[in-house]
This record gives sequence, structure tokens and C-alpha cells, in this order.
Amino acid sequence: MRELSLHILDVVQNSLGAKASVIEINIEENIKKDLLIIEIKDNGSGMDEKMTKKVMDPFFTTRTTRKVGLGIPLFVHAAKSCGGDFKIQSEKGKGTAIEASFVLSHIDRAPIGSMADTMVSLVAMRPDVDFVYRHCVGDQVFILDTQEIKKTLQEVPLNNPMVLDWIKRFIEDNLKEINGGA
Amino acid sequence: MPVIKSMEELEKIRKQAKDMINLRVDNETKTRIVVGMGTCGIAAGARPVMLAILDELKKRNITNVIVTETGCIGLCQYEPLVDVIQPDHPKVTYVNMNPEKAREIVVKHIINNQVVDEYVVPNI
Ligand SMILES: Nc1ncnc2c1ncn2[C@@H]1O[C@H](COP(=O)(O)OP(=O)(O)OP(=O)(O)O)[C@@H](O)[C@H]1O
Ligand code: FES
Ligand SMILES: [Mg+2]
Repeated sequence: MRELSLHILDVVQNSLGAKASVIEINIEENIKKDLLIIEIKDNGSGMDEKMTKKVMDPFFTTRTTRKVGLGIPLFVHAAKSCGGDFKIQSEKGKGTAIEASFVLSHIDRAPIGSMADTMVSLVAMRPDVDFVYRHCVGDQVFILDTQEIKKTLQEVPLNNPMVLDWIKRFIEDNLKEINGGA
Repeated sequence: MPVIKSMEELEKIRKQAKDMINLRVDNETKTRIVVGMGTCGIAAGARPVMLAILDELKKRNITNVIVTETGCIGLCQYEPLVDVIQPDHPKVTYVNMNPEKAREIVVKHIINNQVVDEYVVPNI
């Protein structure tokens, strides 16, 4: 995939498939350590130990429509080919956490791409799910928490087109801000 | 701080959007547009397709349509896939979508009630 934000959309799709109601997305750009860390946590149905071990194998999937599961192996490959690492932790009935790391300056590292587009797509498709997106660049932090937005909106649905436009701009403006306002 | 300004703006949006709510229809009677969001779908361009559909619906002021996602349905070679499900009509599956074709489907199928045959899944 051309953007890491597309891998994020894809992996969050697994969380939605596992019936998660709260999904956390953390992105940390650590310039000093030259490290990019992407973490996705959900409170979905989780996996037992045996299954957790298998998910990095492309020939494992619980789907019935296709024989291979591609989402996680592709993300693992993206991380490992950029001097990074990949970890997955899961507990049946509790949820799943995955963490992919990348050498920030690695020449093969795909750009993060549009997190605004990924978040708007997710919120539009699943306004019922709570998303917490946290993005750090150095010591600057930005948080988008749909639970907070829902509180402000009251009876207005999160997937209202005007609200989606606001979310897109809110993310884009804040990412610019934490990247030094460039 | 731009952050604070944005939150104030959200409050304004809430007041505007509140007036639209009364016009909402029951979920069961709504048309559903379902975008395939499995790995192949996303890799083939499902995200821009989804965003184009949302944008076209907004531009044309269509509020009685639900846009949602589904996982892999086993037609990966035809991704991006878009289903249009209207109450009392058989489901229509559109294949090899891109943002332009998806906008065309909103106009022709959703607004003018005409299935766009040339984009429908071939017999398999
Ligand atoms: N967050 C999660 N919670 C519970 N189970 C998960 C989670 N992520 C992955 N899995 C399990 O691991 C399997 C493999 O995931 P992976 O994303 O690699 O492939 P897939 O989702 O099956 O197919 P694809 O991503 O190619 O459309 C899934 O079928 C699912 O059973
Ligand atoms: S990923 Fe969409 S049909 Fe397979
Ligand atoms: Mg997957």
C-alpha cells in the first residue's frame, strides 16, 4: 500500500470485524530516535494465544471468502522492510493491540499519507464506534476523540456531512500545527 | 490557538445541522451504499471511492442514504466494489469502481433510479 494511513484503515477494519466498540490509534513520530511507531488497540473479541501466533502468517485467515489473510502480513512486511518491528498482543474476549515500528528516515518507508481521509472514512462508515486518534511529533501532541465530539454534537450524528468536513479540517490543521505549522 | 477555534466552530455546526435532523427517515427505509473495505479493496482504492460517494451525496444534498463498509466478499479481482441496496429492490453490485464512476452511480442510480449496467458485476 502506498500510504501507512491505508494500512491503518485496513488494520482498523480487522478491529471492526472483531466487533470492537472503542478503537485507539496512536502515531508517534520520534525524530530524536528516528522512529515511527503506529499502535492500534481495540476492545473487540480478541484471539487466543495459538491464533495470535498465526496471524502473521499469510496463509492464516478466519474468513471464508478467500484462503489468505493479507492485511497483517502486508503491514508486518512494511515495518520489517524499513528496519522496524511488529508486535501483536491479544486476549480472547478482551481485545487486541498491534504495534508496528519503522525507521523514520528509512528510504523505503511509505509516507503516513492522509490520516484525515482515513479517519473521515472510518467515522463516516461507523459513527457508532468510538475512535481515539492520537498523533505525536516530538513533544507536540494532537488528539481526536470522537466521544468528545459526540458530547458537543448531542443529537447531531457524527456522520453528518458538515461534521465530517469539520473533522477533516480539524485533523489537517492540527497535524500542520504539530509539524511546526509548515 | 486554531484548536479552540475549531471546537467553537463545531458548536456552530451543531446548531445548523440540528435543523436537518427532523428530515431524517427511519433506517429501515433508507438506501444503503456499501463499500468493500477488505485489504484488496483498500489497496485497489476503496478509500477515495468512499470519499467521492460521501462528497457527491453532500453536494446533491442527499440525506436519506446510509454509507457503510463490508469486509472481503470473495470478488477481490473486481475491487473496489460498491453495493447499492434499496428497500424492495435486489442488491446491485458495482465492480472496479473509481471516484468518477462512483459519483456517476450516485447521480444515476441513487438520484435517477437507473442501474448503471456497464459497471455491474459480470455473471460469475
Ligand atoms: N483486531 C483483531 N481482533 C480479532 N481478530 C483479529 C484482529 N486482527 C486480525 N484478526 C484475525 O486475524 C485474521 C487475519 O487478519 P488479516 O488482516 O491478516 O487478514 P483478514 O482480515 O482475514 O483478510 P484481509 O485483511 O486480507 O482482508 C483475521 O481473519 C482475524 O481472524
Ligand atoms: S477484499 Fe474485497 S472482495 Fe476481497
Ligand atoms: Mg484484515
